[in-house]
Amino acid sequence: MSRSAYSLPASADAILRASKGVKPAVMTSSDGADVRQSRKWRPGLADPAQHPCHNEIFARSDGASGAGLVLALACDALAIEAKGPLTCADDQRHILWVQTRDAIKRAGRPYVHGLPPELRRRLIHVAADTAQDALFALEEGVRCRDLAFVVGEILGDPRELDFTASRRLTLAAQRHGSRLYLLRLDAKPDLSSARMRWNAASAPSNTPRWNADAPGNPAWTAELFRARSHPIGKWILHNDKGELSVRKPTKRFSEYSKSPFIIPRAANAAKAGVSPNYGNMARATVGRSLAAL
Amino acid sequence: MAIWLAQLSVDRWRLSNGLKRGEGADAHPTALIAETAHGPGVEAANAAAKSQGVNAGMMLADARTLCPKLAVHPADPAGDLEALEKTALWAQRWGPWSTVDAPDGVIVDVTGAAHLFGGEDRLMDDVQTRFAARDMNVRAAIAPTAGAAWALAHYGTHCGQSGHNSAILAPDEDMPGRLSGLPVAALRLDPDVLTVLRRLGLKRLGDLDRVESSGTNSRRNMQDNRGRDALQRRFRHKFRAGMKGRTSPGSNPLVRMDQLLGRVPEPLLPIIPHDMPLVQRRLVEPIRHRALLDQVLSDLAQDMGRVLEGLGEGARRLDLGLWRVDGEVIIRTLEMAAATRDPTHMIRLLSSRLEDIDAGFGIESVRLRASWAQPVALSQDNIEDAVSDVSSAISGTSLAACVDRLTVKLGQQAVTKPAASASHLPERGQIWQPPLDTQSPHQKVLGFHKRPLKLLDKKEKISVHYDVPDGFPQSFTWRGSLRKVIKAEGPERIAPEWWREKSTARLRDYYRIEDAEGCRYWIYRQGTGDDGRGGAPQWFMHGLFG
Repeated sequence: MSRSAYSLPASADAILRASKGVKPAVMTSSDGADVRQSRKWRPGLADPAQHPCHNEIFARSDGASGAGLVLALACDALAIEAKGPLTCADDQRHILWVQTRDAIKRAGRPYVHGLPPELRRRLIHVAADTAQDALFALEEGVRCRDLAFVVGEILGDPRELDFTASRRLTLAAQRHGSRLYLLRLDAKPDLSSARMRWNAASAPSNTPRWNADAPGNPAWTAELFRARSHPIGKWILHNDKGELSVRKPTKRFSEYSKSPFIIPRAANAAKAGVSPNYGNMARATVGRSLAAL
Repeated sequence: MAIWLAQLSVDRWRLSNGLKRGEGADAHPTALIAETAHGPGVEAANAAAKSQGVNAGMMLADARTLCPKLAVHPADPAGDLEALEKTALWAQRWGPWSTVDAPDGVIVDVTGAAHLFGGEDRLMDDVQTRFAARDMNVRAAIAPTAGAAWALAHYGTHCGQSGHNSAILAPDEDMPGRLSGLPVAALRLDPDVLTVLRRLGLKRLGDLDRVESSGTNSRRNMQDNRGRDALQRRFRHKFRAGMKGRTSPGSNPLVRMDQLLGRVPEPLLPIIPHDMPLVQRRLVEPIRHRALLDQVLSDLAQDMGRVLEGLGEGARRLDLGLWRVDGEVIIRTLEMAAATRDPTHMIRLLSSRLEDIDAGFGIESVRLRASWAQPVALSQDNIEDAVSDVSSAISGTSLAACVDRLTVKLGQQAVTKPAASASHLPERGQIWQPPLDTQSPHQKVLGFHKRPLKLLDKKEKISVHYDVPDGFPQSFTWRGSLRKVIKAEGPERIAPEWWREKSTARLRDYYRIEDAEGCRYWIYRQGTGDDGRGGAPQWFMHGLFG
């Protein structure tokens, strides 16, 4: 858990420098590329200390794609954490899932047999009457040291969930180093202090191996539209191989390949007058014949 | 050893009025009465009233005709029982455990303890002396079984033979022989059973024993067992009809006889003293302000924490009583998810329950009681917590504390934990239990049964279009928008639970479907077209896949 996530002094320092006309040296690396862009988000980003504490996910209420993406992201973060040297092998911490009544009515309750198997016995569910109660429960959950992560599910744009409330949640989550996923159903992305804000929608699933007509494992279109530590982008995520991974654009999903994922980065780089760094695009052919490529 | 407090309620009434035996008001005929369905009845009567013919169980009107001068006082059965429990605890001075024999007896296990008092005779003397010092009327008896001791205490003739206390039945004595003279009422039987036995002519224990043992003497001749068999049948039939299949030992004289003679065991429930941790503050000046009350509460919580720590326990339920100057008592009860003795946690939970208290003219006494406590091992304090004053602000709260805060604010039903339960019906396959309860183990679900991430509380009706009946759905309308089905799998047929539902309940065919946008749903068709349980089958939306 990160106890040193006090980002306020650092940013204050940056503002101070900017006002003095000093260009912050940390913002650009030696080759001129933006540091933020070199830390592009990907599943399994192996730096749990940098993992943002407060995530906001926007989704439609007539589907569970938002909840599915929340659990996928959270399990991904837990899996990274479990690889760390200081964690115990068997994580049995509970998770807290707070829902408002209208969200329950609209989008249903979590169902124990449909949860990921490792979370089935660890869920504590809170049904809050109002958004205010839900925010109270979320803050209490974030303050608790024995919870793996906290999920909040709020329908619409209640008046109580303003910038102050989200700032409160962010500060509490940072202070206690806990993870909060706030799922906003049918909401419009208003002012918020969440560290990462996503738009979640479902994506057509891959064809299962044995029954081509059946729905396959879930896939989500996840659009990161605001983040402090990563550039924005859009991914199709799926859980087919047991861990969260990005689906490569295929011919079948040509509509996605029209807008390649590296566009924001390339455009920024072009704007900055620097040739985009695509990395080493030729793959090493160690132990494989060229025909296999 | 059985001790019979023959005049318990009268003795209590007499002692509570500070009267000596047979003096003052006790010299006059007096009865303790209770209201019954047929008017006031006599619960107990003192010696003077008994000499006039007034007995317990009479109606008061009948007793008044016998003895017009009869004075009456209300009986106090609850107080009698409480006094009896205290007496049972006090009687543990003679043996390691004791039990209450309601309404007016105590049974003490003195096995292997009599020599500490110099033998059973001296033990009996000690019992008589101690109860005489308390000015209570008792009869005691010692026997190898609880039933025999009870019979001797209640019905034994206490005329001491030469150097031999008849209230003591040694294990090597002839038990059936000693007890044969006692009436059948000594078997602790129900009144209607006694009536039956009297009509059958079985008045003494010896009569009953003779009927029973007539077969055992000549066991080879099976015909001679019919006495016992007849009795067995008699009481089995009578009380199966009368008591709706319940059989208690008090309704069967044969079982009671076997218990009396030690042929079958008779389990008794011992009484164990248990005192609740209680702390209180009496205030010199009544308090009317919340800030002062919070101070008193925090003192009480600290005290309670220390008391509980000394006992090695933690509180699960706390009762806070506030006594107001004008005699009102305000009670606030608090239940916690896990046993705790952390004062700051208790203060925090209690203070959230004090918002609506009306102090009136002031609160003069505050009492905190842990009415439900559980053992909690002593543990070392967290070093990090010990350093800082505001421990929870730095290192976070524990799960139990978090659940407590949520439960106090949002209510017991709002904080739950889903658990699997044994049912194939999806909505019954999950139950909601208190958050920190352990989950019972359940059978693993089959891996090919894909279940949705979320289940709708109320199934929503959808209209489905399909090309062929009983085929895959092609498109459906849900919440006002038309969705085209791209992929579908099914049906997974779930039959109704015929053992709890009506015979007209219809089966369900579940389909997993995916629409053009990739949203995955769990829909079902209720019934088939030709099952004869209603018209055309309806379709419902039941769950949403992640």
